[in-house]
Amino acid sequence: MLVDWAQISEALWETIIMVTFSLLFAVVIGLPLGILLVVTRKGHLWENKYVFTVLNSVVNIFRSIPFIILMVAVIPFTRLVVGTSIGTAAAIVPMVLFSGPYIARLIENSLLEVDPGVMEAAQAMGATPRQIITRFLIPEALSSLMLGITIATIGLIGASAMAGAVGGGGLGDLAITFGYQRFDTMVMLITVGILVIMVQGLQSTGNILSKKIRRR
Amino acid sequence: MITFKNVTKVYQGKSQDVKALDDVNLHIEEGEIHGVIGFSGAGKSSLIRCANLLERPTSGKVTVNNQDLLRLSPKELREAKRDIGMVFQHFNLLNSKTVFTNIAMPLLLTNTPKDKVKKRVNELLNFVGLSDKADNYPDQLSGGQKQRVGIARSLATQPSVLLCDEATSALDPETTKSILELLKKINREYNITILIITHEMGVIREICDKVTVLDSGKVVESGSVFDVFSQPETKIAHNFVSSVMHDEIPDSVYQLLQKQEDRHQIYRIVFIGESAGAPLLSQIAKNYNVEVNVLFGNITELQGTPFGNLVVKFEGEDKEINRVIMHIHQQKVTIKEVLADVS
Repeated sequence: MLVDWAQISEALWETIIMVTFSLLFAVVIGLPLGILLVVTRKGHLWENKYVFTVLNSVVNIFRSIPFIILMVAVIPFTRLVVGTSIGTAAAIVPMVLFSGPYIARLIENSLLEVDPGVMEAAQAMGATPRQIITRFLIPEALSSLMLGITIATIGLIGASAMAGAVGGGGLGDLAITFGYQRFDTMVMLITVGILVIMVQGLQSTGNILSKKIRRR
Repeated sequence: MITFKNVTKVYQGKSQDVKALDDVNLHIEEGEIHGVIGFSGAGKSSLIRCANLLERPTSGKVTVNNQDLLRLSPKELREAKRDIGMVFQHFNLLNSKTVFTNIAMPLLLTNTPKDKVKKRVNELLNFVGLSDKADNYPDQLSGGQKQRVGIARSLATQPSVLLCDEATSALDPETTKSILELLKKINREYNITILIITHEMGVIREICDKVTVLDSGKVVESGSVFDVFSQPETKIAHNFVSSVMHDEIPDSVYQLLQKQEDRHQIYRIVFIGESAGAPLLSQIAKNYNVEVNVLFGNITELQGTPFGNLVVKFEGEDKEINRVIMHIHQQKVTIKEVLADVS
């Protein structure tokens, strides 16, 4: 059996596009959401029971829907945003909706780990709430945030494989249609191999970056 | 400089409310180092946090530098906080930033020009003796060095008041001493009013001018360190003083008191200031027909004034002993009979 390398590299490219853009938009949604989940909780900068309860519930609801269902459920919305419900661009929409709330939780966790004493010091020196977030909370949590983003990215690679279901393409799609449905073991092994290398590489890069930020 | 007026702080608990501060009235003069001491849970932390409104009092008034803090808008309050430095027990430095940036932080918040920031931070690094550590990160420093960074940071905006929240409690005795020296230097050279809370009486003895004893959210005693140390009025103040002055009368002395013939013969003499230098006991031995036997004693220094504490036994006729006591009273030295039941 011949291996069509052009096909594989195209699939790889599609995966990279899907993951990169989903990550980008998911962070744009997840970062403010994660920050709000922290600062609106009790005793924090902008304590607000209602905002916190609403955001907390929304995040939980999105996180409890299985990705494959979410993908189908948001087809009308996807069509509204990108004009079509099939293809790489269309896959990005459910991936963002899937990953955004997840990233919000990861960011929330990282920010909560920051020593409350640092915030107290910030308040004592007369920092505004915005300054406390941008100059104290985020820099102190950055190392941990980096690891969180790494986990989210790897989660997105997994999700991108399922995105083949809406014709999103990518390595996962290739592995299913050629490897699984057409018994092309070679293609399946190669795609899975590439995915393993990607995940390993990402995790290592994330670890190194996190360490570098932590400077320990 | 700092005034607490009828300050009460109540924390709402699940089952019942906790009163951390109960009608506290306290005035701290400009330029003084004022120590607040108490056991954990006495309300010290709440008190110091009310001085820059990290915690808002439930009722009462807090004035710093003639500003009624509770009446200020959030913006005015942030402004006022630049005039109130704060040093923390656990330093609370940014681990992700260098020593330089940590110290510069309060200035960076107000967008101070870069050259001014650099000048001020270098000045402070020099002042706290860490010029060679500017580019290090906090986790590369020892506890004492971290606290020096914390102190330098608190001074960046040239405040007139410095709040020290158990600033030396996480440090070893040697480092504590050097940090206290530094605080003293700040007080002297910049004339900064310092409010320090601690549970260590040694800290009060080393650097404070005034001391306030806090118990269950109430001020139980307040006055000059010298007065409180030499004549503590309350039991709790007495206990704190004893913890560093070691003026407890040893058991062996009490055992002597059990004997009938030693009654009315054992006295505690407290020398303060100049009287500590006078050769009182040798004068007595020479001029009166009594034997002087020193059972226990120590002399410490309080703010540069010697402070002596002796337990002596006079052997001789009752009449002669009374004359000796009269003589000692005339010398303005405190003398008290030690009784067997005072324990």
